[in-house]
Amino acid sequence: MSAIRVIAVNVFRESVRDKVLYNLVFFAILLMGASYLLGQLTAGQDVKIIKDLGLVATSVFGLFIAVFIGIGLVSKEVERRSIYSLLSKPIERYQLVVGKYLGLTLTLAVNLSIMAVALYGVLAYMAWMAGPAAAAAWDAPVLDPALLKAIALTFVELAIVTAIALFFSTFSTPMLSAALTFGLFIAGRFSADLRNFNQVLESPVATTLATGLYWILPNLSPFDVRAQVVHGQPVATGYLVLTTVYGVIYISALIAAATAVFARRDFK
Amino acid sequence: MGAAAIVLLLIASAAGVQAYREVRYPSPPATAGSLYLTSGTAIRRLTLGYHALAADLYWVRAIQYYGSTKLRLAGQQGRPAPAGGADAQQGYPLLYPMLDLTTTLDPRFNIAYRFGAIFLAEPFPGGAGQPDLAIALLEKGLRHRPDKWEYMQDIGFVHYWWRHDYTAAAEWFKRGSAVPGAPWWLKSLAATTLSEGGDRRSSRLMWESIRESAEIEWLKSDAERRLTQLRALDQIDEIQAYLKQATERGFAVADWNAVVRAGVLPGIPLDPAQVPYELDAEGRVQLSPRSPLFPLPIEPKRLKPMS
Repeated sequence: MSAIRVIAVNVFRESVRDKVLYNLVFFAILLMGASYLLGQLTAGQDVKIIKDLGLVATSVFGLFIAVFIGIGLVSKEVERRSIYSLLSKPIERYQLVVGKYLGLTLTLAVNLSIMAVALYGVLAYMAWMAGPAAAAAWDAPVLDPALLKAIALTFVELAIVTAIALFFSTFSTPMLSAALTFGLFIAGRFSADLRNFNQVLESPVATTLATGLYWILPNLSPFDVRAQVVHGQPVATGYLVLTTVYGVIYISALIAAATAVFARRDFK
Repeated sequence: MGAAAIVLLLIASAAGVQAYREVRYPSPPATAGSLYLTSGTAIRRLTLGYHALAADLYWVRAIQYYGSTKLRLAGQQGRPAPAGGADAQQGYPLLYPMLDLTTTLDPRFNIAYRFGAIFLAEPFPGGAGQPDLAIALLEKGLRHRPDKWEYMQDIGFVHYWWRHDYTAAAEWFKRGSAVPGAPWWLKSLAATTLSEGGDRRSSRLMWESIRESAEIEWLKSDAERRLTQLRALDQIDEIQAYLKQATERGFAVADWNAVVRAGVLPGIPLDPAQVPYELDAEGRVQLSPRSPLFPLPIEPKRLKPMS
């Protein structure tokens, strides 16, 4: 367990040292600040737009972090040949994979936390500027704690994307891993369509195949509750729990697959 | 000199060259806007689930389009209107598609329905002059949020003010009043509309109700502007009555100077926005096109007694 922790902390430190990571966080915060200016052009919809923009920024920047760092987690060690010194240490291969994964999810958690604080900061400023009279026109309170539900589900979604990137990273090149991860991310966002293919397909084989893919591919659209929270619609705790449990199980499957592939790799 | 100073100097030089070029070779005027994508469903897919933000962008674009077109048309006032009754299509052809896209991407975008309906219903050139599309937009909103009495109030309002269909207006106010949480005055508005539709007093009552209930500052100020327009209509009636009396007494009321010289009025009358009224050759008092209150609404006619 301590080996996993050490690897995770090292991945986190390496990510923090990575200048790309700093740029992304900086850019996200800058974007949220810029959203204030955009809000001036929107006929009283500045708070809605800042919330939309802030939540999308956390997702998009998190996605880039998850993909572009995730794909290098294992493959970079192989390319730099540092994998040999790592494997010569008294650690199991599964510990390396799990540690790498946890390190990147820790990085994502820290990033998302910073982005959330920045978003709430911008919103607090907006609330202070607008005054209580304007608040009556908003669908939801400005500093709505429900925004955290959207951010939490975004984190779980990004954790799945990280697991996908890590899985591909164990046997593929970084470029191919990135393409495959983005491909699965897009497919995951639209996987609900696969379920409805039986309405447009006549072939039972194709319908079965589409339905099978629907259950196998990661279903990422349920992790998007951004529109609901921005409009002040309730997101049930049960929904959050079930979606998170789905995410955790899917991540476990991907990590298990990544570990199995990595365990079989011959580095001689 | 440090590297930073060199960079700053070069950027400043580039800006200087750019400014000089823009003076020598002015940029061509912006071309008419266009929508490359017109299907909300397609954009929903292209945005990979980030459709609420895409809706925001289309909303900003719709506002910019409406505002800039309105300003452009205001600058062209006095020129002959396009023939064939195609004013709105020539003036705001993209307004409804933009609002439709916005509300398809985010079906709960409250303000896009409410402001959008105002922009669409307002007569050309102040708006698109398409009350039917304003109603269609609000009905689309109601399909997504059947509990929004505000949309029903707005539909009733469009029927009342722009289509002069007081029966339909009263019906929508009544429907709105039946929604839980609707304000008490919506029921009395329905009754007043049915009995006194088209009357200026009932119009005033309606706008005062909207002004009092509006949660959004823009709607409040729009209601305030409408009330000021009603005040201008009152003033025009009053001045017109003075002129009629003067004409009956044999005074010529061809221009303001003659009217003032004859002592009919103490001075050239100003509208509530402090812009002088205009007097045409036939002695009709009109609001100046330069007034921020221009154009005045076509006043609803009194409801014909039901047989």
